Amino acid sequence: MELTRREALLVAAGGAVAVMAGAIGLPAFAAEGEAQKLIDEFTGGATPESGKISLSAPEIAENGNTVPVGFEIDSPMTADDHIETVMLLAPANPRPGVATFHFTALSGKAAASTRMRLAKTQDLVAVAKTSKGAFYMDTKPVKVTIGGCGG
Amino acid sequence: MAKSKPRVKVPKKAKAGEVITIKTLISHTMESGQRKGKDGKPIPRKIINTFTCEFNGQKVFETNLEPAISANPYFEFNMKVPESGTFVFTWVDDDGSVYTKEEEISVE
Repeated sequence: MELTRREALLVAAGGAVAVMAGAIGLPAFAAEGEAQKLIDEFTGGATPESGKISLSAPEIAENGNTVPVGFEIDSPMTADDHIETVMLLAPANPRPGVATFHFTALSGKAAASTRMRLAKTQDLVAVAKTSKGAFYMDTKPVKVTIGGCGG
Repeated sequence: MAKSKPRVKVPKKAKAGEVITIKTLISHTMESGQRKGKDGKPIPRKIINTFTCEFNGQKVFETNLEPAISANPYFEFNMKVPESGTFVFTWVDDDGSVYTKEEEISVE
């Protein structure tokens, strides 16, 4: 069979769309599943409560290379009741893990802030674990104008 | 690569039991391992993977970093100071280098 120029172009375009879906679409979904897996591993299957923890980030991040992000958790921070660990996730990044923070009773206040990279618009997730074994979670949507993961 | 230079901001004085804010910054490229060089090959990952803050030998704050942390990693956190003492801040690089900085505080 001989292809006309028009048919050849159509086939090429169709192929390109399929390749792009494979390269861009699917790994993003895989990463979101990975984030859920990380949360499950962290909580050991327990469902984290909302409230208590507040995650702060800009609504619109112009540059995904440095996005200021911080969190604060309502906790007495005493020796027997304090926040032990906080895990920060960016589910739509190529690798969803961002950082894990460990606090002690000396911390005084369960709050920290840093600067992170965001590949694209997504909902940030923070999960906190208390020394009593309770879990708190908060999410925060951030719009990203220019992604910051290279590639 | 330029040498990583840590910078830390800690108040010089505090009242006993006061919650102070500590800010830290270290210059580092935090190469994520996701980028590709001019030859099309991925640039190997090279990041600071752990940051810790100790006070008089007791751990106050620790962070495990992933490549999603921006270049020149910055951290702001709090501490309740019980007494005068010395802070030791430690950053651990993927290549095994360790950068440290000490800072004193006097409690009235």
